[in-house]
Amino acid sequence: MLKILFFGQLKDIIKTECLEIDIIQSGNALNTVAKLRGMLQAKDDTWKEYLAYGKALVAVNQEMTSDDTAINDADEIAFFPPVTGG
Amino acid sequence: MSHFTQIVVQAQDFDFTHEYQKLRDSNTSDGALVTFVGLVRDLNLQQTVSGLFLEHYPAMTEKVLANIVKTARSKWQLGSVSVIHRVGQLKVSEQIVFVGVTSQHRQSAYHANEFIMDYLKTQAPFWKKETTTQGDTWIEAKASDMEKSKGWL
Repeated sequence: MLKILFFGQLKDIIKTECLEIDIIQSGNALNTVAKLRGMLQAKDDTWKEYLAYGKALVAVNQEMTSDDTAINDADEIAFFPPVTGG
Repeated sequence: MSHFTQIVVQAQDFDFTHEYQKLRDSNTSDGALVTFVGLVRDLNLQQTVSGLFLEHYPAMTEKVLANIVKTARSKWQLGSVSVIHRVGQLKVSEQIVFVGVTSQHRQSAYHANEFIMDYLKTQAPFWKKETTTQGDTWIEAKASDMEKSKGWL
């Protein structure tokens, strides 16, 4: 199971905190961050806008990374807006 | 008495004097101690702010902060390093973040302290939501912060 988390404004706007997707059942087609992002964006216009590349950063297993990163079942993926701590 | 690295993410406030004293007590070889404290401001983008909610990504936050400190230690000769970041609901003028660094001489401590804050601002997974008279609004990241952290590369 792929665990997908959302934070900050993104979480509020799409009204979703956490999702689980079985990537083995989905035919292993979701093997990169880019493909996962595309699948999530297909949900509707809001998801499309707020999960857009550049608007939502991504971390795989708690490390910020880029869209060409490979993903595997049991990974934890997080999407979030640019950070604003400090 | 030995050099340490402390990384803490907590809801409760921190005692500046206590944290400063821990850094001082950690050794007698460092001649410099630089601290930074970030506070909740009452004005942002012309709106009156009554408080701030700080969200974070628990599993990732301490990992990122540890990496930032590790990078700082590889760039400068440092003694003790302490980073405390608060989360949850904060009121105006409350303390948000503490960064304290010791080193033999002041330049390393000054630079490392600024570096840690600059990277924390663009890499550590914290998000601020302001409580204002116009309602709650998520703070947008500043391009200037991104530029500032790139300046260290």
